[in-house]
Amino acid sequence: MSEFAAQLAGVGKDYRFFSLQDVSLVIPVGQIMGFIGPNGAGKSTTIRILMGLVHQDRGEVRLLGRQMPAAQALAKQDVGFASEDMRLYDAATLDWHMRFVQSIYASWDSAYAQTLIKRFDLRPEQRMKSFSRGQRVKATLLLVLARRPKLLVLDEPTTGLDPVARHEVIRELSDVMLDDHRSVLFSSHNTQDVEQISDQITFIDRGRIIDCRDKEAFLERWRRIRMELPADLALPVLPGVVDVKQSGRLAVATTNAFDARLPNAYEAAGIRVHAVENMTLEEIFVTNVMCSREEVNA
Amino acid sequence: MYLQIIEQVRQRIAVGDWRPGESLPSIRQLAADLQVSVITVKRAYLELERDGVIATQQGKGSIVAANAHLRSRIHDQELAAHLTQAARIGSLLGLSPRDLQSRLRAAIDQQADVDKERT
Repeated sequence: MSEFAAQLAGVGKDYRFFSLQDVSLVIPVGQIMGFIGPNGAGKSTTIRILMGLVHQDRGEVRLLGRQMPAAQALAKQDVGFASEDMRLYDAATLDWHMRFVQSIYASWDSAYAQTLIKRFDLRPEQRMKSFSRGQRVKATLLLVLARRPKLLVLDEPTTGLDPVARHEVIRELSDVMLDDHRSVLFSSHNTQDVEQISDQITFIDRGRIIDCRDKEAFLERWRRIRMELPADLALPVLPGVVDVKQSGRLAVATTNAFDARLPNAYEAAGIRVHAVENMTLEEIFVTNVMCSREEVNA
Repeated sequence: MYLQIIEQVRQRIAVGDWRPGESLPSIRQLAADLQVSVITVKRAYLELERDGVIATQQGKGSIVAANAHLRSRIHDQELAAHLTQAARIGSLLGLSPRDLQSRLRAAIDQQADVDKERT
């Protein structure tokens, strides 16, 4: 078994109005990878390629060590995939769906399925067509979680859920991690969910991976420095600063390579540093996307 | 985020929930309990180890360090951090050192009153 639950190397796919370019990422075993991007950035396309639902034009894809899409039947035995457009049979009940999945996968854990029914507040005898959107999402997650797959691939699992249900889903995902042989890839545009439970974070925008590292490293490297400039002094350009906003004598510099020497360097230039602030993942994400778009346009 | 975990672990040790020599939950267990990522707890444990609050034995997990002065040292570090903050905010507000001192004096008196009422 390889040390990666999934690997993509140099993957590309061209559509008429969109192309996925040179996507490379790895999901280490025993970790949660949060995959963040704005709408239309290529999150779902990447996930579909990983799952063999769409075939890449270029690049290598391995799922649980198996070549994709060639060996997808074998690889998918141990992968649980859930997305918003998952087909459920409207006329059938949740219980019917559970028995159906159980008949295909030997790993189905009935006791765990019962626990999830209670936690997600679902009724097994209810038909899918009378499920609300949120209940449908939870039912889909239940059907993959109860198989206890080695890798969970979840496309926007918390989108459309109310805060209580979102909390339940996050709790289940963090429980999955008690087992260090299991891994999770989940995409979201809700950075708050990702920030809470992800070990690794990948940002994607306009079909390209713009950043990818472990979460603590992300939070560590990005800082905002608030300063007061003496009259008629321009803010010096320092390495590692990706964005500067100035209004009057107050300036805010954003860095993606924070080092304690940076505020010292400003001080040495005669600038008064008011505060060095941590940034949330959302702020990091937005700044990161803006900077990368500027670079592309430049 | 790992700073919050460090704070929580320190507090549990400070209030005596976790005693010197006692085992800490495994990284994965604590991550699941707090619903945070494994890597965050790992980072917090590393820092706590560096500060001598916990000790990690290969393959055995982590234990609370057998340091008798742990409680006071944790509080001491907390106090130092708060005082630094107070000095910083005082300077932002343009308070003179004398003003800041009298504010501290007032806070001490207030706490003394609270303590008196309790006894």
